[in-house]
Amino acid sequence: MENNLLTQIVFYFFAALTVGSAAVVVFARSLIRSAFALLFTFFGVAALYALLGADFLAATQMVIYVGGILVLLLFGVMLTHKLYDLNLKSETFQVWPALVVVLGVFGVLATFMMRTHWHAGGEVPASPTTAAIGELLMKDYILPFEAASVLLLIALIGAAMIVRRRSE
Amino acid sequence: MIGLGHYLVISAALFSLGIMGVLTRKNAVNVLMGVELILNSANINLVAFSKYSAGNLSGQIFAIFIIVVAAAEAAVALAIVLSMYRIIKTVNLDKADTLKG
Repeated sequence: MENNLLTQIVFYFFAALTVGSAAVVVFARSLIRSAFALLFTFFGVAALYALLGADFLAATQMVIYVGGILVLLLFGVMLTHKLYDLNLKSETFQVWPALVVVLGVFGVLATFMMRTHWHAGGEVPASPTTAAIGELLMKDYILPFEAASVLLLIALIGAAMIVRRRSE
Repeated sequence: MIGLGHYLVISAALFSLGIMGVLTRKNAVNVLMGVELILNSANINLVAFSKYSAGNLSGQIFAIFIIVVAAAEAAVALAIVLSMYRIIKTVNLDKADTLKG
């Protein structure tokens, strides 16, 4: 069962990478450091998807989150601060009450997730999912698929309208 | 043996960290990063349940839709942050209190 041991090592490595860099995102003083830690969080989540046998989703996560959303957030950081301001600090407030609330939430969630006996249907060996996902999207989920495309179009036009300079 | 519970606990940790970011940060872009963490934790949950329910792919489909909505949300939210910066010259959420009586 050395395969099993290897899986465990890989899982714990990426779990630590994900949660650790998420903690850096939340607690780092520097905005740029938060943004780059978010890169490792997204990467770790993509690796967890791959471990879960979701190959298409792992690739999608890399392309959209790392290539799209993260770059967008970095643009947001750059455009809303003066560039010569090297130490872009983000102020925090009400840290201790928030920490208490968050630890409470995490305690409750983790306790119930570990204690609940999930009626899991058993796992199946990982196989390529892309074709099956495409078929599901075109058959069972065609209406949400079209709605998502309309949503993207609306968001695109709306975002362009919001940032447009009023020239009149 | 790695089971469903392990993934759910990671997802709970990401969710809690995301809430921490949303609650404590003053910078609007940083709050957005917290929201992205929360959406990612929901996605891990969906994919984990998808794997441990005999390979039912519905969870992955919903994860894809969440990614779509997250992309749209990030674009619109960044647009709002940018126009807020243009109007009040800061992205500190405490300063955005024009509507306050």
